[in-house]
Amino acid sequence: MPRHWRWLVPYLFLIPGGLWLLAFFVVPMLVMASVSLQTGSLGTGYALTWNFGVYPEMIGAWAPQFERSLWYSIVVTALTLAVGYPMAYTIAFRGGRYKSILLLLVILPFFTAYIIRTLSWKLILADNGFVLGNLKDIGFLDDGFRIIATPVAVISGLTYNFLPFMVLPLYVALEKIDPKLVEAATDLYASRVQAFLRVTLPLSMPGVFAGSLLTFIPAVGDFINAEILGSRDTTMIGQIIQRLFLNNNAYPEAAALGFMLMAAVLALVFVYARFVGADELTR
Amino acid sequence: MTATAFPAATERPEPVPIRRPTVGARISRLVLPVFTGVAVLYLFLPIAVMIAFSFNDPAGRQNITWQGFTLRNYVDLWGRPDITGPMVNSLIVAVMATLISTILGTLIGMALTRYEFKGRTGLNLLIFIPMATPEIIMGASLLSLFVSIGIQRDLMTIVIAHVMFNISYVVVTVRARIAGFNRALEEAAMDLGANEWTTFRKVTFPLIFPGILAAALLAFALSIDDYVITSFVAGRSITFPLWVFGVSRLGVPPEVNVLGTLIFVVALVFIAVQIWSQRRAIVARPEPGA
Repeated sequence: MPRHWRWLVPYLFLIPGGLWLLAFFVVPMLVMASVSLQTGSLGTGYALTWNFGVYPEMIGAWAPQFERSLWYSIVVTALTLAVGYPMAYTIAFRGGRYKSILLLLVILPFFTAYIIRTLSWKLILADNGFVLGNLKDIGFLDDGFRIIATPVAVISGLTYNFLPFMVLPLYVALEKIDPKLVEAATDLYASRVQAFLRVTLPLSMPGVFAGSLLTFIPAVGDFINAEILGSRDTTMIGQIIQRLFLNNNAYPEAAALGFMLMAAVLALVFVYARFVGADELTR
Repeated sequence: MTATAFPAATERPEPVPIRRPTVGARISRLVLPVFTGVAVLYLFLPIAVMIAFSFNDPAGRQNITWQGFTLRNYVDLWGRPDITGPMVNSLIVAVMATLISTILGTLIGMALTRYEFKGRTGLNLLIFIPMATPEIIMGASLLSLFVSIGIQRDLMTIVIAHVMFNISYVVVTVRARIAGFNRALEEAAMDLGANEWTTFRKVTFPLIFPGILAAALLAFALSIDDYVITSFVAGRSITFPLWVFGVSRLGVPPEVNVLGTLIFVVALVFIAVQIWSQRRAIVARPEPGA
């Protein structure tokens, strides 16, 4: 290749993949924005009428599901953090030569299908399944007691499915911390708790941030857990969007909801980034 | 410098008498490992249930209570085209999506790590945003596109969607590998008279290959397991996750657990082989200076 064409090389490398992302990620987003402002029906066809009214209309119609999705996801993120942080901490600082095997155990769930894992939880939590059924038989639980179809079931399903997404980035962040820094803190008369709060925890914040994003974002749009483990009272916004799109063919309404979900996620991510103090998102 | 000149140094090995930890301190040191052990068991619980119920002999459609041990499900699976058909679709989609996304993503990863060019920030954003977008939004927007321009939805549109969400993950994985890459090795090859293509084939590619392989495995795993985006762009075609979800209301036949167990075992074998080959490579090729 002649020397003066050199500058072209990186573009040749990135153009095929870049075009794919433009055509099938960016363009669809724009099309969805346009669809949300159209009116019409599948039979008569759609026309762009700049119908912004669909946005307040959709918020009015599905506010409870929207709020519920955000709440569930916040609770799930907090729970995975509460369970995942001690796990990641133990693996990083106390794992020794078992580190890699412990990490492998953490990602073990990924070796089975997401849906099958969730269906297994349905089996475990079932009203008369082998867990609750036996506890009821010995009189430990009331016959009317149930977990399945309650918010607890949906939240615990989500927590289970996204726990590895929390542990892995936390582990990466904690692993990077030089133990000498913690030693220095204790040498300077910090108690172990103080050393953790003032040294380890702040240094692990990038991991907390990454893990929370990786948990919150998929959780808020998820509908598999709510569909399999929930009931009508636990409907999440993902289920609504999917039904409007695929069952009702209500494309403008569904597109408007999708866009608002995206906006809500971006807004929360931004607030959270300010709160945690992580300013480099792409790192 | 002798030890006698620095008497303090000889005393170093035992500066403080070892205090016997109190019972309370010993118990508190156990809290974290025990917690982690329980959490790992929790992660394994549904997998254990899946495996156990693949051997169950259910009376009716519902495979929810333990009836008795059988191996029949493992034989019956192969006579169930309604299950193996979607599985074959999933494999076709995953293989195609993995091939395309690995090639496109590796090229972008190389462009990002080895060249200076304009538009780097924009490209980084284009890679990051799909990973930060809820799957349902990507599925919904792709459906909007396909409906708007009247594209028939089938396995092809599933592949298009899977390649799209895989590219970012491939770029991130491959980039991490290339970033730790020693350019001096390539320069050495060129100095010894290799042209660019030979250098790439004999030096660059073998060195970044583990990263590409890891990226391809990740892409395959993401693709074969995807339900959300696939449900939007599948049209009438059915992949394995779509099929399982479809029948889950009526009761999941034990053959689904069998297939899940088989996938789990295959994945475990893959990982075991990878770990084993890495160990072997380390033994065969000692660290420089060792």
